Amino acid sequence: MNRVTIDPITRLEGHGKIEIFLDGDGEVANAYFQIPELRGFEAFCRGRHVEEMPRITTRICGVCPEAHHMASAKTLDDVYKVEPPSAAKKLRELLYSAFYVGDHTTHFYALGGPDFVVGPDAPAAERNVLGVVAKVGLDLGKAVINQRLQCQEAVAILGGKAVHPVSAIAGGVSKPITEPERRRLEEIARASVEFGKLSLKLFDQIVLANKAYVDMILDEPYSLQTYYMGLVDEQNRVNFYDGKLRVVDPQGRQLAKFSASEYLQHIGEHVEPWTYLKFPYLKSVGWKGLVEGADNGIYRVAPLARLNAAEGMATPLAQAEYERMYDILGGQRVHATLATHWARLIELLYAAERMLELATDPEITSREVRTLPTAKPREGFGVVEAPRGTLIHHYVTDDRGLLQKVNLIVGTGHNYAAICLSIRKAAQALLRAGQPIDEGMLNRVEMAYRAYDPCFGCATHALPGAAPLVLSVYDAQGQLIKSVARC
Amino acid sequence: MEKLKLALYWAASCGGCEIAVLDLGERILDLAAIADIVFWPVALDFKYRDVETLPDNSIDVCLFNGGVRTSENEHMARLLRAKSKVLVAFGSCAHLGGIPGLANVTNRAGVFDVVYRDTASTVNGDGLQPQPVCQVPEGELRIPRFYNSVRPLGQVVPVDYYQPGCPPDTEQIWNVVQAIAGARLPTPGSVVGASDRTLCDECDRIKEEKKVKQFYHISEIVPDPKRCLLEQGVVCCGPATRGGCGQRCLNANMPCRGCYGPAPGVADQGAKLISAISSVLDSEDPREIDRTLSKIGDPLGTFYRFSFPSSLMARARVQEPPMVAAPSSLMAGARVSQP
Repeated sequence: MNRVTIDPITRLEGHGKIEIFLDGDGEVANAYFQIPELRGFEAFCRGRHVEEMPRITTRICGVCPEAHHMASAKTLDDVYKVEPPSAAKKLRELLYSAFYVGDHTTHFYALGGPDFVVGPDAPAAERNVLGVVAKVGLDLGKAVINQRLQCQEAVAILGGKAVHPVSAIAGGVSKPITEPERRRLEEIARASVEFGKLSLKLFDQIVLANKAYVDMILDEPYSLQTYYMGLVDEQNRVNFYDGKLRVVDPQGRQLAKFSASEYLQHIGEHVEPWTYLKFPYLKSVGWKGLVEGADNGIYRVAPLARLNAAEGMATPLAQAEYERMYDILGGQRVHATLATHWARLIELLYAAERMLELATDPEITSREVRTLPTAKPREGFGVVEAPRGTLIHHYVTDDRGLLQKVNLIVGTGHNYAAICLSIRKAAQALLRAGQPIDEGMLNRVEMAYRAYDPCFGCATHALPGAAPLVLSVYDAQGQLIKSVARC
Repeated sequence: MEKLKLALYWAASCGGCEIAVLDLGERILDLAAIADIVFWPVALDFKYRDVETLPDNSIDVCLFNGGVRTSENEHMARLLRAKSKVLVAFGSCAHLGGIPGLANVTNRAGVFDVVYRDTASTVNGDGLQPQPVCQVPEGELRIPRFYNSVRPLGQVVPVDYYQPGCPPDTEQIWNVVQAIAGARLPTPGSVVGASDRTLCDECDRIKEEKKVKQFYHISEIVPDPKRCLLEQGVVCCGPATRGGCGQRCLNANMPCRGCYGPAPGVADQGAKLISAISSVLDSEDPREIDRTLSKIGDPLGTFYRFSFPSSLMARARVQEPPMVAAPSSLMAGARVSQP
């Protein structure tokens, strides 16, 4: 007779779920990271008018609506074959840079950072933003809150709304900015540059000055050899808003460089029946399952991958920090997943510097912010770098602009296979037969996942890094032996 | 006085409601002074189990955002209803179904077919689709069941208050928090954190005669930021939408898309909008009227952008009969194992 157990943990599937299976010897046989949620934008956007997409796709993710807003507006430019005026592009990028500063701030201080700042083995109750404030002091805590709010204010000035902005449209933006608005944006940008410098200094003091942390970053279980992808400018420097996608192999050799319209030649998506999220991979290398190495088409995106896929940063302070990171960690490419936190702070500084360049650009208050399209809508492609990785939108419309097909490959999606590999690798190394499994060990497994700043908001809606998560360990008989819920 | 016990939860939503709460900034610390947050998965470390073990009605107020899309969403809606004295449907998705509710144009099979087969980058020769229960070599894996329809919270459990907005305006969130703290909540069933007028009534733009000969998509026109958008031929949902949002979109010279939901006394926001739009058409000629209206292209996505699941239509008729959703949730996570 079957025994039915209604187990509160397995019933509450959580927004992210890691299932670890042990073999007969108690070693980790396999680990699965499941995404239990889907909303189906690609399906229900069919029939909508394409011009509304920058205001619909923002709702894929309330954490990074700006990324979908920009990717969508750029796709519209392509659908209508229209070139926005230079000032409009700068206004979009200014909004986008402000968003990046705020988003990377949130992740470092509230979500991923606590592991380092408070420590990986600290009690769960302290491994949060309040624990960070306790460690770094209330003044800095308030500075973080304030920095985030100022970035939200900048997005609201430029985009109308701080959450789900509305200003980017086909051929430009819906409104120019005034000189007083520009001055306020410049003020926020200057504060952001200082905040970026301060954050890197803090990382130096807390992480780099602590040999145990540096050793942990470089520890083999947290390392993964994959391809890397990111958007680069003409000099192969990191760019968040525009450019070409560049893919390098684990040694840093360029495998491909292509524009958004060519993405289908390079990227395929594999389906598994145990999760709602698909697994993108490089078509030229092929999908060989969830295995590590250059023979498999698994690639990574987001901060560390972006730096790995590029040859430098486009602003002076960020470039200096970039060089320092590669000097200290060694090598042409860094495979240490936990170095993603460092790369994120370098990007924060770049975004702040870029924000200041744009806020002080004489053209930024130009009234010329619209180009009216004349072509009939048809098909368009758009790409940006979301904080959590490359974001691709692809629309096909009829003559009236009604959508016939929509395809979206979101930031965290690109990293899905790599996240699965990182979790399994960490679990296999950290959970050993015969050793009792405690919460600190499971947190160290989770850290392999948290470094990616996964935003299943795009597939689900978990806030990056704080993804509600249930981690369960089963023995060879399928019995649950340990479960940790972070939900 | 004992501190209030507050819970915040998200179901099928994007997380934007949570960000709008975080945008309270330092006022979050004031909130913490008057209320104990007993459950807020996104920001603080709590466990579902902590909620399950609470006595019924032990949470004073639960702000619930997101619609009900999966068996897990439904389970949490029922659980938090039982544990909470006051349940607030927070934000457009919990209030009306929201943008994910547009998926009610199709059903589970339709969504799966597009996502796992008919999308340009999908490579799926075996026609695989996610399964609620899946056998892998090491054991059994489960994911929540994806329902045929999206339902707003009020269609799943009784709701005490509705706070509209996608997301709710942060100042309005603060107003509601203060009303809760001061026990100044209105009659149950009310909309809170919004105004009692239409957005149109509140709008500062100059309104003259509403007569429209032609509609424009926003890329085709540079509208005068001082004049009524609808009078300039830009479809704006202000006439049937509740105000109180802070006119955020209008200030960016973009039209309203209705996230604050139906205005007071309006049962079906989209129907009311269609009637409002029809009344401004400057023509008596049926063919000309047809031509003018056809420009809109997508009435569903325009007039029912946020409210389709709570409209009189609720969903599109599709061939496959809708599956029975409710009872499955209780057993959705039952682990079946050999003794």
